[in-house]
Amino acid sequence: MTSHLRVNWIACEAHGMCAELLPERITLDEWGYPIIDERPISPELEPHARRAVEACPTLALARAHTRQR
Amino acid sequence: MSVSAPPTTLPRLLVGMPARGAMTLEHHLEIHGDLPPFARRRRDSALALINELERSGLRGRGGAAFPTATKMTAVAVARGRAIVVANGCEGEPASFKDRLLLERLPHLIIDGALLAAHAVDASEVLIAIDEHATRAVRATDKALRERTDLYRGTPPVRIITTPSGYVSGQEAAAVNFLNGGAAKPTAASAPIFERGVKGRPTLVNNVETLAHIALIARYGAIWFRELGTDTEPGSTLVTLGGAVVYPGVLEIETGTPIASLVHAAGGATEALRAFLLGGYAGTWVSGDVGYQLPLSRDRVSDVGASLGAGVVFALPNSACPVSEVAFAARWLSTQSAGQCGPCVHGLDAIATAIDQMRVGTGTDGALQRIRRWASLSSARGACAHPDGAARFIASATEVFANELADHACRGPCTGCLQPHLLPTPVAPPTQRAA
Amino acid sequence: MSPPLASTVGPSAYWYMTRATGTTALILLTLSVVLGVIDVERYTTTRMPRFVIDGVHRTVSLLAVTFLVVHIVTAALDSFASIPLIDAIVPFVGSYRPFWLGLGAASFDLVLAVVITSLARRRLGYRTWRFTHWLAYASWPIALLHGLGTGSDIKSTWMIAISGFCVAAVLLAVCIRVASGWPGRAGLRSVALGLAVCFAGGTALWLPSGPFAAGWARRSGTPTSLLRPATIRSAR
Repeated sequence: MTSHLRVNWIACEAHGMCAELLPERITLDEWGYPIIDERPISPELEPHARRAVEACPTLALARAHTRQR
Repeated sequence: MSVSAPPTTLPRLLVGMPARGAMTLEHHLEIHGDLPPFARRRRDSALALINELERSGLRGRGGAAFPTATKMTAVAVARGRAIVVANGCEGEPASFKDRLLLERLPHLIIDGALLAAHAVDASEVLIAIDEHATRAVRATDKALRERTDLYRGTPPVRIITTPSGYVSGQEAAAVNFLNGGAAKPTAASAPIFERGVKGRPTLVNNVETLAHIALIARYGAIWFRELGTDTEPGSTLVTLGGAVVYPGVLEIETGTPIASLVHAAGGATEALRAFLLGGYAGTWVSGDVGYQLPLSRDRVSDVGASLGAGVVFALPNSACPVSEVAFAARWLSTQSAGQCGPCVHGLDAIATAIDQMRVGTGTDGALQRIRRWASLSSARGACAHPDGAARFIASATEVFANELADHACRGPCTGCLQPHLLPTPVAPPTQRAA
Repeated sequence: MSPPLASTVGPSAYWYMTRATGTTALILLTLSVVLGVIDVERYTTTRMPRFVIDGVHRTVSLLAVTFLVVHIVTAALDSFASIPLIDAIVPFVGSYRPFWLGLGAASFDLVLAVVITSLARRRLGYRTWRFTHWLAYASWPIALLHGLGTGSDIKSTWMIAISGFCVAAVLLAVCIRVASGWPGRAGLRSVALGLAVCFAGGTALWLPSGPFAAGWARRSGTPTSLLRPATIRSAR
């Protein structure tokens, strides 16, 4: 099972907390919107990813789990 | 019930199309014959129809080219009473095929819609038409009234007019509008085939797809596959615009090279610089690459392009590509639904930068910035609008690299003074059968 | 069972605790409002990234609730005034200064609503959460009035200073919010600013004839059994 991050682009208002909490996978473009690195999230990064999802003020960030084929 | 002989060559959809006005029900039945009867054992005949469509290899004609049988199966097995939406919104300004079908051959569409409803056991059918396409609305309405009670037990068919707009015809946007919301894409929690209009499983098919279904149900999958390629069988409608003698809608078999298309349209009016494939969300290819290019999804994607909703636009040498691209880029930016930051900001930045290059006030590295913004706009939105715009821009920066560099140094050229050739939504359509 | 710290004459330790925690809760609620505005205005520095400000806002709010709970429990435990726990949730049904105490219950209800909806944010969805969160703007002035009306320390300088600071801080926060364009419509913005200024000014004007004036305890609804016998004041 790998998990990756998914953004609800309509809800996203460029607060940027996700990039602060998970800079290893999320950077911001010049307008403050997240650029998600599609690499899988390693176990060490899991708690940080969870925290980033929880911190989003507009609930725009979510985790999606995909089964490894 | 009359059975009619299937057409052996082209045209298939457009056979017998009247020069003006809509084909009457009588004429329609004369040419195509009656639909096979809607069997009383609904489940068997529905399954048979879906299987036939699967064998035919029919793919959607709205731009996404999704296998029709797969989509229908997903709706048919979903829980709840299904609903069919015939999508005739056609937000792409360079495409006129859907409007043509609605205005001249509405009975084909209605036949297809009823068949689709039968296949997924839908309890109602909605035909979505752009509110400004008044001729299409009138013709479809008249056709519906011509055939009240023609097939007993079929679900009611209603016309719903939708607001004009490039993204309004996108599936999620259309469904959102039909649910009482804005004609804007949503960040859907469930796919449309599970929960769409009124929370019910919804089958959204382009009107041309439905027209093909109407013929496949009569003549069978083997007949359908007599034309076209193995991976993309059948015929398809293409809107050919730009510097050709007779621009309009043509019916071709998949795999026809663009050169034949241009020839069928009376030839080019002058030497051609490039072709735009797929419309405003499509890709530019240079003239010489384009001429030989067979119009099939596989071959077109080999050169990095996509057919979209069957749009081919021929740009002549006398036109200024930079001015056309700048106009289109700005138009695409205004057509954003305005819901997602990367789309709103990205497309605006691109449009501004290209226009600055056009008038020669661009700064160094503008091209790199434009390419970067184009790649940043992809897959970062609720719909594929920014992706299409990005593809359009990225291909333009490759094909027209010289002209762009030239404008960046020297400012506007004489071609910039001409009115732009790429169509705007207000332009009246012209149609013609191949 | 008589609580060990009770006294049959005058206020007990619980009474002092309830007043102390109440004041602290007011300060924390003020801090929460200010932090909330800083959060939504997206102020940030390198030392204080957005998630820190957001986190501190949430923590201070939960701390305020904790102090509120202690404030309520100690008030109920104290035997000086009969304030059952129910008075903390249902406004205006008590026997001790029913109106002014009731304001505290109303404010607490609103704070609870804000906190619970925030904890259940994911289930309720963003719009519901956002809408209920604005109740915070209503809960604060009600809490302040409750403190002014029921507070036994209101006439002391330090209490006046604290209240003054709190009012100034919230007023400033509201001004910042309005100045940056919220609420959306200009008419609503003027109303919001007007309400805030009128509240601050009106409260200040009311104080001399209200809690600062003699006899406030009786006028605000303290049961007569608890009133101190009238002392003879030196005439001026």
